Amino acid sequence: MRKKVFQLLVDNTSGVLSRISGLFSRRGYNIESITAGVTADPRYTRITIVASGDDEILDQIEKQVAKLVDVRDIKELEPDNSVYRELALVKVRTNSEQRQGVISVADIFRAKIIDVASDSLIVELTGNQAKIDAFLNLLEGYEILELARTGIAGLGRGTENVTYL
Amino acid sequence: MLGADAIVKCLEEEGVEYVFGYPGVAICPFYNSILESSIKTILIRTEQNAAHAASGLARVSGKVGVCAVTSGPGATNVITGIATAFADSIPMVCITGQVNSALLGSDVFQEADITGAVESFVKYSYLVKNVADIPRIFKEAFHIANTGRKGPVLIDIPIDIQNAEIKRFVYPETVSMRTYKPTVRGNMAQIKKVVAELEKAKKPIICAGGGVLLSDAEKELREFSQKYKIPVVSTMMGISAMPTKDPFYFGMVGNNGKPYANRAMNESDLLIMVGARVADRAVSQPDLITENKVLVHIDVDPAEIGKNVGPTIPLVGDAKHIFEDLSSQEFTCNHDEWLDTLSEYRKNMEPKRNPNPAYVDPAAFITMLSEKMQNDGVYVADVGQNQIWSCAYHIVKDGRFLTSGGMGTMGYSIPAAMGAKISDKSKQVIAVCGDGSFQMSMMELATMNQHDIPVKIVVLKNNYLGMVRQYQHFTYKDNYSVVDLSGSPDLEKLAAAYDMGFIRLKDMKNAEDAINKFLEKDESMIMECLIDPMDLV
Repeated sequence: MRKKVFQLLVDNTSGVLSRISGLFSRRGYNIESITAGVTADPRYTRITIVASGDDEILDQIEKQVAKLVDVRDIKELEPDNSVYRELALVKVRTNSEQRQGVISVADIFRAKIIDVASDSLIVELTGNQAKIDAFLNLLEGYEILELARTGIAGLGRGTENVTYL
Repeated sequence: MLGADAIVKCLEEEGVEYVFGYPGVAICPFYNSILESSIKTILIRTEQNAAHAASGLARVSGKVGVCAVTSGPGATNVITGIATAFADSIPMVCITGQVNSALLGSDVFQEADITGAVESFVKYSYLVKNVADIPRIFKEAFHIANTGRKGPVLIDIPIDIQNAEIKRFVYPETVSMRTYKPTVRGNMAQIKKVVAELEKAKKPIICAGGGVLLSDAEKELREFSQKYKIPVVSTMMGISAMPTKDPFYFGMVGNNGKPYANRAMNESDLLIMVGARVADRAVSQPDLITENKVLVHIDVDPAEIGKNVGPTIPLVGDAKHIFEDLSSQEFTCNHDEWLDTLSEYRKNMEPKRNPNPAYVDPAAFITMLSEKMQNDGVYVADVGQNQIWSCAYHIVKDGRFLTSGGMGTMGYSIPAAMGAKISDKSKQVIAVCGDGSFQMSMMELATMNQHDIPVKIVVLKNNYLGMVRQYQHFTYKDNYSVVDLSGSPDLEKLAAAYDMGFIRLKDMKNAEDAINKFLEKDESMIMECLIDPMDLV
């Protein structure tokens, strides 16, 4: 089992996301995260999918996705030649004594405090998945009330692998 | 012009001659508009069969089959037919009426999310939200259905869109889709690699799948096989790619196939799979077809290559183009010894049957029937023991053999035979089913009568769901559960009720006369053959 990050360019039609996620669920492929958003050209949507499986499965994922009528392009975002980012919002229970501790951990990670209440605060953190996991590890002594992660978005480095529309 | 008129116009532009379907309120604007057209409508008796009939028409004519049904239950009933077509890559456009678009999602009367429900069984689907999109959507739908790996496309059209005014109707001449561009021409470098392997090979073999028929490449395959003396076996879907008695043809592979066909495939040193999925019933042990041999896998769908088995040489393309390109490469090869070996296998490994003389022997009967059929006749096998016997004993001359291979949908044969007959009335079309599968589609006898579709029906009657009974015989030691077909109608009376001819054959003694009489006239007839309930395939 290994992980692969795929970058897709798809027609921005209604239902395109459900066609893709439906393909994963009916063929039993593992999907770890999926993010989607319209590109600079509003006719297209860019989707980043993190999938896991053995080599044959990952190969099949690529081919089966490529086969969907709405899919213009699929390629792997190789870790060495790509940047990945994920955003996480973490709501932590904090009384007045705990508050400063969470803020200092957030500072180390260059995270932002975006909401403060008398008994909680919300931290916003952007980074690759490892950084977010490390941050969450450091918060172990606190009570995480709610956590929202976006899943990763990614792009290849440089201009070599750009698909021109 | 209304949206409904535009839909009819699109079908005319695509050269559609027949629409199979069943109306309901949500598709009534369309069925009203089609009255003004020369397109003929066939009122099928249940929606599933509309898709099967469209499938039969598509397979024989090479055109896209069309069916049109109403929303809700009409649409959900057609799903099995769509899934059957999808499993066998049959080009089809299925139009479903839908409730008013303003009410979508509010669970009103006869609303079903059909595009959602068929998502995993269609090549593509559309929900039309703007009447102006109708020409583009139909153009794309027919293009998608009948190119690349063919398959069904569903178009769901709310009733208000059918009734909306379309300002300007221009049918696009070409398709411009940014995302859908199937590869049909093979890569020349890969083709040269195949030729190099063919020159080296001592024991080459081609395994032809349904893709050969779908790309209309029978002629190219036969010529290629003959020119280079390359033996051919086929999958179930590939039956009728080669005539049964062609000296280079060695039968169907798979767990229901001929032992000599499987042996030929396993012993080969170069196996060319073409238009075949390497599916579980055709190749139960994928390791065997890669062991000690070069595997070339040719398919128009890149996702099929490497799905079940990793080939030495993958070759993406349409079978017809690939054979044309392969034939344009001059090379020499000699496999006389290998052909002799295979002929020897064919002679000595034909399974022996021990038919009970008190009944009709399905094997001998099917052989006799198919030999007496017209050369270009269409034989449609249903699903069950009848299908396996048909595959094994049917003699293809220059006609077609149709069956539901991938999905194994019982009840396929009668509606598919109707579609086949309608597409070419000059052809003799016979549906061969069991007494179980017959009863799944016997309501269509009325359709045959109403629309004068002279299909002939053979019912191999054993009073059991024979294939399941056979499975229970082996797996559950004759503990039969829910396989007894007692209560079935008297087919003689049924035929009379529908004003059709009827022949009952009790054993093989009068088989020849009975078959002659059955085939004599171009009219519908039911022939009931009583077969041994305990017979096994």
